[in-house]
Amino acid sequence: MTTQAMTAGRAPMPGMKVYNLKLGMWIFLLSEVMFFTGLIGSYVILRFAHPEQFAEPGQVLNINLTAFNTFLLICSSVTMVKAYAAIQQGDQQGLKNWLLATIVIGASFVGVQVYEYIALAGEGFVPMAEAYHAVGRHMPHDGPAIGGQLYGSTFYTMTGFHGTHVSIGVLCLCFTYWRAAKGAYTADSLGGVEIMGLYWHFVDLVWIILFTIVYLI
Amino acid sequence: MSTIEQEMVHAAEGGHHDDHELPFIRKYIFSTDHKMIAKQFLFVSLFFLVIGGLLAMMMRWQLGYPGEPMPGGMMLPDAMMAPTPDGAIMLPEFYNSLVTMHGTIMIFFAIMPLLVGLFGNLLIPLQIGAEDMAFPRLNMISFWLAVPAGILMLASFAVEGGAAGSGWTSYAPLSASGEWTGVYLGQQLWLASLTILGFSSLVGAVNYITTVINMRAPGMTWFRMPLPTWALFVTAILILLAIPVLAGALIMLLFDQTIGTGFFRPEVGGEPLLWQHLFWFFGHPEVYILILPAMGIASEVLSNRARKPIFGYHSMVMAIIGIGFLGWIVWGHHMFMSGMNPLLGTSFMISTMAIAVPSAIKTFNWLATIWKGDLHLDSPMLYALAFVSMFIIGGLSGIFMASTPVDIYIHDTYFIVAHIHYVLFGGSLFAIFAGITFWFPKMFGRMMNETLNKVHFGLTIVLYNLVFWPMHNLGLQGMMRRIYDFTQYEYLAPLQPMNQFISISVFLLVAAQSVYAFNFFWSIFRGEKASNNPWDSNTLEWTVPSPPPHGNFPEMPVVYRGPYEYSSPESETDFYPQTKPPSKPPVQELIPEPVTPTPEGF
Amino acid sequence: MNWSWMLPPSFSTVSGDIDGIYMVILWITGITFFITEGLLFYFIFKYRHKEGRKATYDHGSTKMEIAWTMVPLVIVLWIGAVSKGVWDTVKVDVPAAGLEVIVTGKQFEWTVTYPGPDGALGTSDDFETLNELHAPEDEAVVITLRSEDVLHSFFLPEMRIKQDAVPGRDITVWFEAIQPGDYTIGCAELCGIGHTTMGGTLTVYTAADFQAWSSSQAQQQQP
Repeated sequence: MTTQAMTAGRAPMPGMKVYNLKLGMWIFLLSEVMFFTGLIGSYVILRFAHPEQFAEPGQVLNINLTAFNTFLLICSSVTMVKAYAAIQQGDQQGLKNWLLATIVIGASFVGVQVYEYIALAGEGFVPMAEAYHAVGRHMPHDGPAIGGQLYGSTFYTMTGFHGTHVSIGVLCLCFTYWRAAKGAYTADSLGGVEIMGLYWHFVDLVWIILFTIVYLI
Repeated sequence: MSTIEQEMVHAAEGGHHDDHELPFIRKYIFSTDHKMIAKQFLFVSLFFLVIGGLLAMMMRWQLGYPGEPMPGGMMLPDAMMAPTPDGAIMLPEFYNSLVTMHGTIMIFFAIMPLLVGLFGNLLIPLQIGAEDMAFPRLNMISFWLAVPAGILMLASFAVEGGAAGSGWTSYAPLSASGEWTGVYLGQQLWLASLTILGFSSLVGAVNYITTVINMRAPGMTWFRMPLPTWALFVTAILILLAIPVLAGALIMLLFDQTIGTGFFRPEVGGEPLLWQHLFWFFGHPEVYILILPAMGIASEVLSNRARKPIFGYHSMVMAIIGIGFLGWIVWGHHMFMSGMNPLLGTSFMISTMAIAVPSAIKTFNWLATIWKGDLHLDSPMLYALAFVSMFIIGGLSGIFMASTPVDIYIHDTYFIVAHIHYVLFGGSLFAIFAGITFWFPKMFGRMMNETLNKVHFGLTIVLYNLVFWPMHNLGLQGMMRRIYDFTQYEYLAPLQPMNQFISISVFLLVAAQSVYAFNFFWSIFRGEKASNNPWDSNTLEWTVPSPPPHGNFPEMPVVYRGPYEYSSPESETDFYPQTKPPSKPPVQELIPEPVTPTPEGF
Repeated sequence: MNWSWMLPPSFSTVSGDIDGIYMVILWITGITFFITEGLLFYFIFKYRHKEGRKATYDHGSTKMEIAWTMVPLVIVLWIGAVSKGVWDTVKVDVPAAGLEVIVTGKQFEWTVTYPGPDGALGTSDDFETLNELHAPEDEAVVITLRSEDVLHSFFLPEMRIKQDAVPGRDITVWFEAIQPGDYTIGCAELCGIGHTTMGGTLTVYTAADFQAWSSSQAQQQQP
């Protein structure tokens, strides 16, 4: 039965080009762009105003570890694409497998970030301005602090909120997996997977920008 | 069937499902019906409007009778009111909290949820011919996020140190550390409350935008949408893009207060002006969020009660979009004296002057709408006309402060307070009165009492002007804002009689609101029963019963014309509903050709 | 009660210009106010519903839209253009100083530091006053404005001067008084519980009297 027949031959709704969930997710992601722009913009402004409070790339932050983490997150985007491709073919088992892979890799990303935070805090790199005393990598532990109080504040806020978004994404992926296990998704009804993918790719994209600005510059 | 095809069929079938009775808790408490959620926002907002008014009354006591014991003051804790043998005298820390919380509560918990939560939810699905919002459960979440936000805000009065006391604008460093004000937890609760409220607004905005784009009924093209829906759509876009920036700023300030980060604390290298830039980048779109829906409501009521098409419908839409767009590039006009580079002062002045133009366009179009109309001067019309009149004053006073050299003198004086209140009370609140009265029958199935409304209108328009007009004069004499005791300044002592005059007018003005409150509640139970279309209006919400059933329309409506076809020669009556088929066969291009929906995915 | 829309008297070299722009805007907005409100009330009266009245079926006029877009735009941009000149004079073009001082705001007082007999700030003969600014007439007083804690705003109403004091920054603000007398110093940015008490006095002297005051202050404050 054609859509036209089912809508009793009436003219279609003038607006609907993309189904609600997908349009809603795109619109929500626009707001997320503004959120991260506010945080990253503040960092850029503070860094230009007080450059001495920040450090050269690699002095304090562990680029190698985070580069590996970036690689992990990109892999998880690949697995997410595979999951979506699977359900487009109606392959429910493939969907579940690739979703699980995305969950595991995503959770690992968060785990690595937690480890990174603990290591950094141990070296005196903390968000509390008055307690900041980062001594950096491969430096004598009784040397003067590298950078200043704003470095910790901005670093943890930006990467922390990103990590929170990844964590929430992992939880949502678990929910999506649970629904997939119940057979809720088919080749004709895969909106939930598609919007999960959109969110996940967005979070990955934000990380690439964040990694470049915070770690590499 | 693809997802998009499923959704179209579902919409075409109309709202016949859910015929079974919902349990009380699903129908009234955790409702997903946009009309019930609208009413939830209405009742909660009216409660906060009253609280905001009480806070203002207390402020005005101190300004009208500085240092004198306040009636009822002995009931308040010693941290707020210092007890003396003659009664309790207000303390400056409590005065600062009153100033802060009056502004915060009125803006975030009264005007915004009334305009966006009530009218957005009530009108958008009905006016575009949809059965509900795109995401009804998300809509429920939007309301139920606002409630704990409100509770946190009120709770902040009860904690040690009292409620936040650094102004609704919460400038750092005053707000970044409790050492400057003695307020610790109160400020943190303020920040947490607004962050949660931000989420509430944000999910609401996603819902509104998706609904307006996707769920318009056949024939409801963009330029056939009524102006309230247009205004609410652009408002939702402003919310979507501005609130996240506020959220980021609130969180950074909360971290400064709690964890000890240094974003806005200069003693550790932070930048106080960064707070101002972030706050006002949100804050200026916020004031357009507070006026655009009011403009939409005024347009609707004026056109209907004048029985005449809105003059310049396309220009009105372009002006709404223009205000929405320009509103992003004027924020620095709140910061002319901040120490920001003076060259930026000039650029922000130019953009600010420019944004006066779309508001002027709208005002002239409203005047032209009533020109040669057939004006039914009932209470919604009176409120809407008052909106135009007061908005003219508020808008014109804005030009003074847009001029950077004049702002040197009037910045942070009562001239600004006058401007704010002429646009927010004279503008937004009068439009809210018009809207509640106009759509009351659609919400509750009964009419409000017209005589009581006229009494309320008469009292309010007079008393309101007695309160706020003299504030222009106070500002021109140099009286600063947020000042606990202006008589400490010798040059301001002569302003005491005028301040007292304003305070007495405020007490009477607040008392006069009881007429509307009584009418509102009495009419819900005892008002004259309303027909589907008591105002002979053209828009879709008036084609269904008052109140509409769950699902709104028995079958999907088809729209044939714009919303303002009043006194059309093609109609026997002085109105011509959007969904009434034309008597002659329509020109072919008025009914869009069926198209195949695009497959989802890329 | 003073219902006048005239500004109170002012006494600096720029206040005439500032008050002038104010008057221009008052005239333009005042005329606009009377025309628009007048039309509003006239239309309400003339077109109120009467038996047999029919509204005109009129959707608009592109010519009117253009007219009432362009005319307000030209007017407001003109106001902006004339405002810019005065703004630049006050905030951008700081004149050569006749007297340099430092004004430091803190909760809840203003401390003013003067250069002392050597004429230079930051030397050991500098002296201070609390909540008082003493200045000679007809000389540019250039102030370095600071704050020790939170935002304050240094407000000299009769000089038409206002500038926020931001902790962590030195901001330049200047004025030139044209008449001796006692004037007001105020704080115009909420700065805490004592915001209302941050008033002070600006005393403007003739050049000779200022010299005398300055010397005696310098002597008194030497150890």
